[in-house]
Amino acid sequence: MSTTTTPSPPSTTSPTTPRKSLDVGRRRTGSLAWHLGALIVLAVVLYPVAWVLGASFKPSREIIGSLQLFPTSPILQNFKGLADGIADISIATFFENSLFYALGSVVGILISCSLTAYAFARIRFAGRNLMFSLMIGTLLLPYHVLLIPQYVMFQKMELINTYVPLLIGKYLATEAFFVFLMVQFMRNLPKELDEAARLDGCGHLRIYWSIVLPLCRPALITSAIFTFINAWNDFMGPLIYLNEPGKYTVSLGMMMFRDQEGVANYGGMIAMSLVALLPVLAFFLAFQRYLIDGMATSGLKG
Amino acid sequence: MGTAVTTLIKDSPPDAPKTRPGPPAAVKRRGRRENLAGYLFMSPWIAGFLLLTAGPMAASLYFAFTDYNLFDSPKWIGFDNFTKMLDDPRWQKSVEVTAKYVVIGTPLKLLLALGVALLLAQSRRGQAFYRAAFYAPSLIGASVSVGFVWRALFSDDAVVDRTQSFFGWDVGGWVGNPDWVLYSLVALTVWQFGAPMVIFLAGLKQVPKELYEAAEVDGAGPFKRFWSITLPMISPVLFFNVLLETIHSFQIFGSAYVVSNASCGPADSTLVYTCYLYQKGFKEAQMGFASAMAWMLLLAVALVTAVLFWSQKRWVHYEEASR
Repeated sequence: MSTTTTPSPPSTTSPTTPRKSLDVGRRRTGSLAWHLGALIVLAVVLYPVAWVLGASFKPSREIIGSLQLFPTSPILQNFKGLADGIADISIATFFENSLFYALGSVVGILISCSLTAYAFARIRFAGRNLMFSLMIGTLLLPYHVLLIPQYVMFQKMELINTYVPLLIGKYLATEAFFVFLMVQFMRNLPKELDEAARLDGCGHLRIYWSIVLPLCRPALITSAIFTFINAWNDFMGPLIYLNEPGKYTVSLGMMMFRDQEGVANYGGMIAMSLVALLPVLAFFLAFQRYLIDGMATSGLKG
Repeated sequence: MGTAVTTLIKDSPPDAPKTRPGPPAAVKRRGRRENLAGYLFMSPWIAGFLLLTAGPMAASLYFAFTDYNLFDSPKWIGFDNFTKMLDDPRWQKSVEVTAKYVVIGTPLKLLLALGVALLLAQSRRGQAFYRAAFYAPSLIGASVSVGFVWRALFSDDAVVDRTQSFFGWDVGGWVGNPDWVLYSLVALTVWQFGAPMVIFLAGLKQVPKELYEAAEVDGAGPFKRFWSITLPMISPVLFFNVLLETIHSFQIFGSAYVVSNASCGPADSTLVYTCYLYQKGFKEAQMGFASAMAWMLLLAVALVTAVLFWSQKRWVHYEEASR
């Protein structure tokens, strides 16, 4: 795991002092250019987010055409309209469903992926390398190959229009990315910890629960947040498996908005878009360090 | 599960412990216990792999050679799905659309990610802030919300169209124009350059500073330093990004579906491969045809992966573990 704040590296400037003042001047203009470049990228990157914020306070007919990012006289009508729900279903229902799906996924991933990762990182069993290769292989496997047969299977089991097809994989460690993330983390924990615990007569279950899991907190938090966000954003899964509006997640509910209300309530649609983004943005602001570190480690040692 | 059981049995012939002296037997017993513990810990994954990956893959391969509408039992038709597919103009269109999306979007996204990472790596002050801000789109980019926003931003008379018209090039908004709508999807994926950027930045941090100092002493300019130090040193990370981004962009679905207003149009101009697969499988209940399509996708992805891994020898430099 890369530490977030490495101490600044020892000064690289050579001891030849005469050049120093020149260096400082050059560095200052360089830094100005650097910030200018970064700010331009920032403006482009954040524009859509600022746009949705501004547009949700504009009347429907102004949203597309107006070039003004924020309205001169903001209105709350779009948000008030959301209280009526979509096609007789309260917005709260969609949020409850999404929350259930997201939290259910988090619990499943934390349990199943950490168990699997522990076995890969800390137990030497026959076939481990083969299973590890298979696990990495599923990381590269396009999900769509499994889509049709899984649907057929769940249809035969009469589990369509339930959350089982969406959640079961999370409880069976099929999300290889998180297994991989946790394996990387667990491998870096000192082996002496296990050996000491073993001499004290601890079995694997004890070592897993009382030693490895607590030390893996950063990896667990990263996985939990990613899982929550992925489930919250998931569109294809709910689209395929849920077919009763009362069970829809926020993503699907929003698509209904489009079908039911069309262009007439554009403002409501944009306001809903903003509200649906809020949980993800809040998670991001609160935990961005975990997310970025998790992302960064996934590429190293790969 | 089957292999687990057989290994356990093979490892423990019933009379073995008696004929062997003490220590090996104890070691063996410990190994057996480790195996058992391993399989117990792995059991959710093993069940998931068999039930949700291996089994479905086998079923999918079978369905690919059948005519199957979900209600009548599958009827074996040999290679018919595949020959029909190759003659199907909409399938050809979906391949063309996806190929264009992958070939244009992925390099642009990775170039931007690398460029911005190189920029950010030059200074430590403000780096964390910019890194976080640039990463944010990668988290929300897949949401329906952003799909709606994109549709709005790129529609007729909206901000992109107005800007473009200002320069005298009015195409009537990207989402309504079959020649342009795909580029709005490309823009959407490029907008999410933050995830590969974060990985590039982490890679750049690992390049030893001494290398640059030595190169500077030798009089190497910035371009030369980038070409002969930075690029080789981050090539493993570059490889990882190219591989994952390419595979992911082959599988684009949600953004095409939402930005095109669930039509994958206009005139099939955003009919990405998975969108056609979805229509065939879930709208027309042609499960056999859709499975055959899925296998073609798998073959394409496998081919690209194989080529990338093969090419790796020529341009990816793995450092010997020195620590």
